[in-house]
Amino acid sequence: MTVLKDTADPATLTLTFVAEFDAAPEEVWQVWEDPRKLERWWGPPTYPAAFTRHEFVEGGECRYHMTGPEGDQHHAWWRIESIDKPHTLEIEDGFSGDDGEPLPDDEPVTMRVTFEPTDGGTRMTTVTHFASTEQLEKMLEMGMQEGMRLAMGQIDAVLASAA
Amino acid sequence: MVVDDLSDGELDRVFRALADPTRRDILVRTMRAGESVSSLAAHYRMSFAAVQKHVAVLERAGLVNKQRHGREQIVHGDPETLHRATTLLERYERLWTDRATRIAGILADEEGSTT
Repeated sequence: MTVLKDTADPATLTLTFVAEFDAAPEEVWQVWEDPRKLERWWGPPTYPAAFTRHEFVEGGECRYHMTGPEGDQHHAWWRIESIDKPHTLEIEDGFSGDDGEPLPDDEPVTMRVTFEPTDGGTRMTTVTHFASTEQLEKMLEMGMQEGMRLAMGQIDAVLASAA
Repeated sequence: MVVDDLSDGELDRVFRALADPTRRDILVRTMRAGESVSSLAAHYRMSFAAVQKHVAVLERAGLVNKQRHGREQIVHGDPETLHRATTLLERYERLWTDRATRIAGILADEEGSTT
């Protein structure tokens, strides 16, 4: 896997992420289409995601939750806005309440994913657009906690080797 | 949640200030070298007052500061505030890098199981 581009535009709150994989577009598509595969990468290891609903068709609804190290659950949803296998995918991603259903006044994040064949692989481009900085911060909470844990692990390792 | 020492309100002011192309241009210019408001106004097809307003928005967001120099006010860009704002998006980038690494792992597992 190679990360080709990683561009953040703070003015428009948009992130463009481009990575290449050594597998055909159909196979890369599967990590989105197969909920059991999707669960293995969507959430960080410390906040694994579980998809309880996954309708991978245009207008389809998905429900998932992420479980934190303290057993804390965070519910969210997807709506498949457009789908063209194995070329493009447009998803809205938003927060849910404790009942798992979308929060009424929450503006979702939009994600547009494109899969292009390359020599022996696939280029996957993800363009994420946020509605506000608050939303971006909320999205980051879980990922950042993972980062903090990793940093703690590194400190532990340094202390262990110094002893 | 606190990101460095910028509060939510401050961050919003920063992002809103950056949403305008003229303000982004003013910021780039004044980060290179300090410029007076009247000198800045000469670059744009708008009134002195309009440019002054843009500078005020940037100043409230903490992206520029003004220093009195004789009769003129010199505008200086502050790269520190911009840096702190981009830190947020950089953290989100890392989230995607981690996801892509996990996807590559899944794809590699499959290759191993079919051969």
